[in-house]
Amino acid sequence: MSGLLDNFWVLLAGKVLIIATLIPVAGMVIGFAEMKLSAKMQNRVGPYFAGGRWGWAQLIADGEKFFQKEDIIPEEADAPVFKLAPMLVFVGTVALFVVIPFGPGLSIRNLDVGIFYALAVSSISTIGVLVAGWSSANKYSLMGGLRAAGQLIAYELPLVLATVGVVVMAGTMSLEGIVQAQAGWFGELGWTAGFPFIIPQFVGFVIFMTAALAELSRIPFDMPIAESELVMGYVTEYTGFRFLFFFLAEFANMFTMGALAATMFLGGYWVPGLSADVLRVAGPIILSVKIFALVFLMIWFRWTFPRFREDQLQSLAWKWLIPLSLVNIVATGIVKVVF
Amino acid sequence: MARTPILGRGLLTGMAVTFSTMMKTIFLPSKHLKTVNYPKVKEEPVARARGVIALDQEACTVCMLCARNCPDWCIYIEGHKEEKQPDKPGGRVKVRAELDRFDIDYALCMYCGICVEVCPFDALFWSPEYEYSEAHMGKMMHDMDRLQDWLEAVPDAPALES
Repeated sequence: MSGLLDNFWVLLAGKVLIIATLIPVAGMVIGFAEMKLSAKMQNRVGPYFAGGRWGWAQLIADGEKFFQKEDIIPEEADAPVFKLAPMLVFVGTVALFVVIPFGPGLSIRNLDVGIFYALAVSSISTIGVLVAGWSSANKYSLMGGLRAAGQLIAYELPLVLATVGVVVMAGTMSLEGIVQAQAGWFGELGWTAGFPFIIPQFVGFVIFMTAALAELSRIPFDMPIAESELVMGYVTEYTGFRFLFFFLAEFANMFTMGALAATMFLGGYWVPGLSADVLRVAGPIILSVKIFALVFLMIWFRWTFPRFREDQLQSLAWKWLIPLSLVNIVATGIVKVVF
Repeated sequence: MARTPILGRGLLTGMAVTFSTMMKTIFLPSKHLKTVNYPKVKEEPVARARGVIALDQEACTVCMLCARNCPDWCIYIEGHKEEKQPDKPGGRVKVRAELDRFDIDYALCMYCGICVEVCPFDALFWSPEYEYSEAHMGKMMHDMDRLQDWLEAVPDAPALES
């Protein structure tokens, strides 16, 4: 058995298989949670009949419906690019999982530039969105795509700058290292924190979550797919399976953004008082609980707040979030040097 | 009293509202749920609800006013004349119109209610019944027996003002 596991290709296939099942399942769970919770927040029942109890099979039934639909490519559309776009959106989500640690040593690959990689890869989906809007040959799609590009460029900056504070605190860019720094296992470097970074980096956490919501283009920031103005933005022309890809990518992206935030600010797989051996087993569960808490927060925001106007959205990013995150970096640096 | 402006107060208030609504709906559904689980639990429509158009066959005189005034032409009427012999010899032969067919195609009907308004003999009514949908569009043509059944749910007309 161990001989088989040592084989690089077998190990790789195993990891790919785990991620390939985990992401759609997580996306579906989050999608279902969104349906159910939004219903409760509006005094409704939500999905009820699919699957017998609580309507648990609602999203499976939805997926089945999308498979049966006709796959339409508009005549004017740039067909190869049009087909490529949903895949590009999904690639960013999947690739981000390479660096997320689910337990001590339980990551696909513990890159030294983990955060750098994660942020770089997550912005690939921006290109997917822009490409989808451009190739659809539809004015609503194009407007949606351009709005998405403007928004994602604006919010990429605070997202990156908010993580700098964490990197300064931890002294490493590896996500595994950041979790260990929060756990206080950094003995040889003289760092014995033992608390999650949300305590010293609360401002960073708020900025990161706000920017993450904007990156996901979820409701306070959903200008790119503003239904009342742009039909459905860059997904207007997509049908069937390709639409399903965008749909699932939104929820899977919530999961990955939640995973990043949980790892950087909430201590990832670590909770105080558990040893590394216990965490090796309990880690994935602890991380999932933290991720779903953050996902609940995102759902809660979505069903509470109305949509920003385009200029408000830009001024929030450029006038507030970016200066605030720069101040946060300076303050973190000073505190790090003094103490 | 004017509220003192505090940054983020409105956001937090909004979140408190949605959260408390969610908790109430989850833990006290019977009290706070605003919807009804339709096929299992049925909602009682108000008595004067405009669910469907019912027909009083006895009152209809086959005058065709409803069919002619229908904007969608969704009412189909056929009838014939019946002669009633006089009771006493020397009396006049009475002619009475009998209804053979009175169908309303609810796939076409747009519930404008003009037929109800225009009927001079009070043969058409708004009924609160609403469960008459079909899986096939062609089956939405409902005949006069069905329309007569719906008459039962029609409330009595309000008393006339003296």
